[in-house]
Amino acid sequence: MNHLLTTEGLSREVLEGLLTDAQEFAEVLERPIPKVPALRGRTVATMFFEPSTRTKMSFDKAAKALSADTVAFSASTSSLSKGESLKDTALTVHAMGIDLMIVRHGATGAPWRLAEWLDIPIVNAGDGAHQHPTQALLDCLTITQRFGSLEGLKIAIVGDIRHSRVARSDMFAMSTLGADVTLVGPPTLLPVHMDGWPARTSTDLDAAIEDADVVYLLRVQTERGGGSVFPSLPEYTKRYGMTNDRFSRLKAKAVVLHPGPMNRGVEISHDVADDERALVLQQVSNGVAARMAVLFALLGGDSDV
Amino acid sequence: MNAEDLGRVATRIAHEIAERNHGLKNVVLLGIPTRGVPFADRIAVALTDIADQPLTAGSIDIGMYRDDIDTRPRTRLGPTNIPEDLDGKTVVLADDVLFTGRTIRAALDALADLGRPSAVQLAVVIDRGHRELPIRADFVGKNIPTSTSERVSVRFLGVDDEEGVWIGEGASP
Amino acid sequence: MSDLIITGGTVLTTDGPIRTDLRITDDRVSEIGQGLEASNVIDANEAWVGPGLVDMHSHLRDPGQDWKEDIATGTGAAAVGGYTAVLAMPNTIPVVDNAQIALYVSERGRRVGSADVYPSGCLTMGGDGERMAHIDEMWDAGVRVFTDDGTSVESAAVLRLAMEYIANLGGLVAQHAVDGAMSAHGYMHEGSVSSRLGMHGIPSEAEEIVISRDLALVRLTGVSYHVQHLSSMVGVGLIRQAKADGLPVTAEVTPHHLVFDHTDVASTDADFKMMPPLRSAEDRDALVLGLQDGTIDIVATDHAPHAPREKEVPFEHAPNGVIGLEWAASVTNSVIGDDQVRFFAALSSSPARIAQITDHGHAITIGSTANLVVFDPTERWTPTDSVSRSRNAPYFGRELIGRVRATVRAGQLTHGSTA
Ligand SMILES: [Zn+2]
Repeated sequence: MNHLLTTEGLSREVLEGLLTDAQEFAEVLERPIPKVPALRGRTVATMFFEPSTRTKMSFDKAAKALSADTVAFSASTSSLSKGESLKDTALTVHAMGIDLMIVRHGATGAPWRLAEWLDIPIVNAGDGAHQHPTQALLDCLTITQRFGSLEGLKIAIVGDIRHSRVARSDMFAMSTLGADVTLVGPPTLLPVHMDGWPARTSTDLDAAIEDADVVYLLRVQTERGGGSVFPSLPEYTKRYGMTNDRFSRLKAKAVVLHPGPMNRGVEISHDVADDERALVLQQVSNGVAARMAVLFALLGGDSDV
Repeated sequence: MNAEDLGRVATRIAHEIAERNHGLKNVVLLGIPTRGVPFADRIAVALTDIADQPLTAGSIDIGMYRDDIDTRPRTRLGPTNIPEDLDGKTVVLADDVLFTGRTIRAALDALADLGRPSAVQLAVVIDRGHRELPIRADFVGKNIPTSTSERVSVRFLGVDDEEGVWIGEGASP
Repeated sequence: MSDLIITGGTVLTTDGPIRTDLRITDDRVSEIGQGLEASNVIDANEAWVGPGLVDMHSHLRDPGQDWKEDIATGTGAAAVGGYTAVLAMPNTIPVVDNAQIALYVSERGRRVGSADVYPSGCLTMGGDGERMAHIDEMWDAGVRVFTDDGTSVESAAVLRLAMEYIANLGGLVAQHAVDGAMSAHGYMHEGSVSSRLGMHGIPSEAEEIVISRDLALVRLTGVSYHVQHLSSMVGVGLIRQAKADGLPVTAEVTPHHLVFDHTDVASTDADFKMMPPLRSAEDRDALVLGLQDGTIDIVATDHAPHAPREKEVPFEHAPNGVIGLEWAASVTNSVIGDDQVRFFAALSSSPARIAQITDHGHAITIGSTANLVVFDPTERWTPTDSVSRSRNAPYFGRELIGRVRATVRAGQLTHGSTA
């Protein structure tokens, strides 16, 4: 693995290896001194062209827990507005002596372009509605901790599938790890063409949750709400929200995941959000461990030697 | 060395550990993955017999502590299982081969992050010389002088499909 | 001035392709026959000799965007590609919506062009889709093709009036057939690849809707109507039916739509971004078939230069368009196969006829203007660079079949050399 750009096409062996390492790092994070010297002397750049405080903090913490140095680039403080191309920006930052770049961009494929232009590992921290592979890893880690593995689990991913990088990343990773994935949402938020996707689709949440082991709720872009892609937020909640009533109909051991930040009262009720079977905070702490595993895999020695 | 010899080494070292530490009360046994772990397990079985009380070995992986990540192929992280609080304990590290000493240095760093033992001792199956750091073993199965180009490999059933010590290009024991 | 002869070629004459030599004196073809001699010789060596190519869809970016291209560099690329005439698209800065700008383009072409430059004009003022442009005065300045290329005229009512006016003059309405609302947020074909990439798509229906509507207006107004850069199977079907119905309709396809499809966009390389987008393999095959069976009249480049820094950005932020003047002949040749008559119909005589460019696109006769190209249909080569001011081409590193050896415009070599 030279970069982590997508979960599509990652082998089961690679995914399981990353999850095993992530579990080790999760235990490191529990220690009194939650830090190891693995990447001492390495410098990692976070390049966030789209604001995301949470993801950036998580990567930052992961890099620091591995003793790497971090430098941050954000579009607001940059020369991008002065008409510099993405390539020029990347080459400039690279010239500062960067060993790895973590890239978040609002446009699909931006990390791919950087991987082509630069000769250092690139980690995709989310590109457009395309991919967010570390989110998939932390989600799979969370599910593995709960169920032992994903093999045979029934997972429903619910919400705005069409515009969700989380749905795309998770679907590929989860199905590679043996889960049976159903994508659920209103017809206007399901993808138009799904040739070869390893998942089924449904517009019927009530049917999909009947035998689900994991219900993964996507964040509703509330700014999309008013009468464009679905009629209104209350109508969305009624048909696609995890209400208390729906929660009571889940299997006893079923859990609820959410990538955060949650819109309480929209895609998830207040009570469900606070239930111990909603693993949202565990996802957040696993995010650091999963990202440590990724940075360590890409920088922790030459795997091609 | 064949499988039988390896078994005798584990038993002898178990006796030496018990003797040196006046019993096992404060001893925590930690194998260094990969092959220090089955070695530690063998010693633990022998110690359980000697002390007539169950003793389980833990493990301490050094993958996150190596100082040579640029020059060596990366392996997967091994498990780190610390069976009990290490503060004030005597930790006995177990590994298969003692060579440059860099693995042990890394293990000492890892140990420092995990607690504050009162003493650390080292048990190895083979000491092949060529130290690059001021580190020595407290318990040695066998000293085998080697050239740096030779390969010494200790194999345990459970990890490998055979058991014994091989030197060179896989000569039989 | 001494004569130039072209020897050993298969010359496209009014009697069809004939193996013969030909002589050029001044700007005219002066002799056709065997065993000609002169000091300036182009050895065609069994290659095709035919009328210089005519591109009906070039963005020369002049006036206004000379960092991308200008008339000198754009026609330089045209000459390398075998073209002796290009129709310049009017979406310059300022746009060609009046005679003054149209005259600037043709005058500039005369002064610095390596090919003859014919301006097209906008249908609406500033291309705003609302007010009729100065069609009359542009007509008097020589403009024959009217288009708001870059956008489709959204209002059927506005387009209808422009069509009525242009029908009366005898001009051509050319349409960039992509529905604005259906493509508003999209930047690639809506299909399996866009879904997987999470990119906003532009469905084929965006083309279907505009062509269907326009065909109704063609029935109403009787105007000659030309669909630019046809991209979809459904679009090809509409044109085929319209021609069967006897409507005065023509269509073009770009070289890139003939050889690439939306799976090439998976690289997210912005040199595969253009409007309309590369569609599915099924669409591409329908376009090839449409060109072969004559449903699609011509290949037009949609040569659309953009500077490297404009394209070195994520796919969705990059401007639309790729360059193509230098490779269109090769691509067309590899798609239509070994057929000299069809080759020159698609690239020279038909575009000249449709765009009313009367000095170009004729079979070679004694006394005609010497606008010629020598094209070897068998040479295999791999482009690595361009003479355009821009480099946004999807062809670099890909093998093409057939190559322009020499281009002669009004008796002068604009590309290639004599022995
Ligand atoms: Zn256009």
